[in-house]
Amino acid sequence: MMSNSVLTAKRGIRKRNIGNRISPFTNILINLFFIICSIVCIAPILLIIIISFTDEKELLVKGYSFFPEKFSLKAYDYVITAGDTIWRAYGISILVTLLGTVLSLMVICFYAYPLSRQSFKYKNFFSFFAYFTMIFGGGIVPWYMVYTQLIPIKNTIWVMIIPYLMNAWYMIIMRTFFKTTIPESIIESAKIDGAGEFRIFFVIVLPLCRAGLATIGLFCTLGYWNDWWLPLMFITEHRLYNIQYLMYQTLNSIQYLVSGSAQFAESAKILAELPSESARMAIAVISIGPIIFAYPFFQKYFVKGLTIGAVKG
Amino acid sequence: MQINHGNTTIIKPTSHKGFLYELKNNWQLFLMLLPGVVILIINNYIPMFGIVIAFKRYRFHGNFINSIIQSEWAGLKNFEFFFKTPYAFQITRNTILYNLAFIILGLVVPVAFAIMLNEITNKKTSKIYQSVMFLPYFLSWIIVSYLAYSFFSIESGFLNRSVLASLGISPVKWYFEKKYWPFIITFFQLWKYTGYNTVVYLAAITGIDNEYYEAAEIDGATKLQQIRYITIPLLRTLMIILTLLAVGRIFNADFGLFYHVPRNSGQLYPVTDVIDTYVYRALRNTNNISMAAAAGTYQAVVGCITVFTANFIVRKIDRDKALF
Repeated sequence: MMSNSVLTAKRGIRKRNIGNRISPFTNILINLFFIICSIVCIAPILLIIIISFTDEKELLVKGYSFFPEKFSLKAYDYVITAGDTIWRAYGISILVTLLGTVLSLMVICFYAYPLSRQSFKYKNFFSFFAYFTMIFGGGIVPWYMVYTQLIPIKNTIWVMIIPYLMNAWYMIIMRTFFKTTIPESIIESAKIDGAGEFRIFFVIVLPLCRAGLATIGLFCTLGYWNDWWLPLMFITEHRLYNIQYLMYQTLNSIQYLVSGSAQFAESAKILAELPSESARMAIAVISIGPIIFAYPFFQKYFVKGLTIGAVKG
Repeated sequence: MQINHGNTTIIKPTSHKGFLYELKNNWQLFLMLLPGVVILIINNYIPMFGIVIAFKRYRFHGNFINSIIQSEWAGLKNFEFFFKTPYAFQITRNTILYNLAFIILGLVVPVAFAIMLNEITNKKTSKIYQSVMFLPYFLSWIIVSYLAYSFFSIESGFLNRSVLASLGISPVKWYFEKKYWPFIITFFQLWKYTGYNTVVYLAAITGIDNEYYEAAEIDGATKLQQIRYITIPLLRTLMIILTLLAVGRIFNADFGLFYHVPRNSGQLYPVTDVIDTYVYRALRNTNNISMAAAAGTYQAVVGCITVFTANFIVRKIDRDKALF
């Protein structure tokens, strides 16, 4: 029902506008309502941006405010010059995101493609093999044991990549993309011309499914960039912290100090290493940076992916 | 999607020969499946067998497999211990109640938002609202915990220093007062996901054939009547399906929301601790592996039953929308 083509949807909007409108007064009310909602959505983000530009002394005296009296770039100065750990974590995040996205796109596409082929006899079995993981899982305890004891990749970069490589839900979306854009007859004729499966896949199928690749690629990118769960489970070495986990650890150490469980000498040491309040918010801002930057793409493909995901072919 | 069905079903599987024959003939396709199969086995299937940990008195013996084999059987002892703690009830109650609230609000609010957005006369402003409200979806829970902290921080938070101070109210210790947290948690859940869900429903609304509305208008139906008798009935299937899928996951809580946003504050556990956070702490902080495994298995089994039930009902309503 939903897939009744985007075209009619677009035509519908244009046509509907002619006669069947809501009254101007209702229109204003609805607009006002959504302006308030938009402010609620954006205000918290604005607040941390403003804090990151606020003078540190003012923060101590007056607390966080939307309208500070004195602006300062010191936080960013600190992040750029003194933030060795910060840039390292940022680098880890970039590396994991790039590697993870490429590898996971490969795994997902390779898995989805045979399942999209009508002529493949075992497609139902392998579909179920992937579906089943969405229904039932062993829980985190055995899962944790697998990555710490069976294949000990704890405290390596791979432990932040491998667990997310295969995702049944993305695989289903990708399979739908393949099914709806590639007619089986093209593949059959290529086969008759003597092309192997891999050649067909790379030369014919993938170029036709760029939109699908972009959609799933963005899903994966966002997943890897925003991930803190795998480091929380498996990373204890400081040099492997990604940016999300670094932020978590920073806030955590402050809580540790506030709770008063630290010894005096110890807290002095932690305090000296901790970024100031504005610098902390500056780290948060630079971690959101790439997302804001890629936001237009994200939005475009996410909506497409969502619609397909909700329809499921 | 239906249109395409025609040309995808032309070629029917013809081979009636065995697996080995298929493997030899289509080895390239099998090779493509291999990486995914390996990952699924490591990441999902081995842990499923690891459920036996919940029935053992787990002790570490050299490596994973040895530990499982050599640990002695405990029968249902681990479950007995777990269900005797007051936590079993508390975390189950919290998980279910929060999820119920999220399911109801996650249905009503986005549908209402989508209907209103669809009625806005200026489509450009409607697009702007959508973009802005979609933004929180892209932020990690760590960032959300930073945002929450900038409002709730006891010493310098915006609420304590700017809002409450100007009203002459003494500061509130937000991270220690549990009465506020059911609302705060629910707020952030809605804050993060409403934009996303609104877009899903809006896509469905714009897909509705315009002729219905034109006919209704000619018959003199008001806007509200059109919404009541056209939009909502046509959205019904999607609403039911998305809701049932959410009901199926009622035993699974969003770990990030319940762990990072309240900043794992012990005083808040009675209202913020859910099955997922309990299992995590039992595993990592208190190192009580058997208890963690028992709680995790309990969640997996009960969760599996709810998913099956929900899927069964979805299947009855619309076969194509079912998960399996």
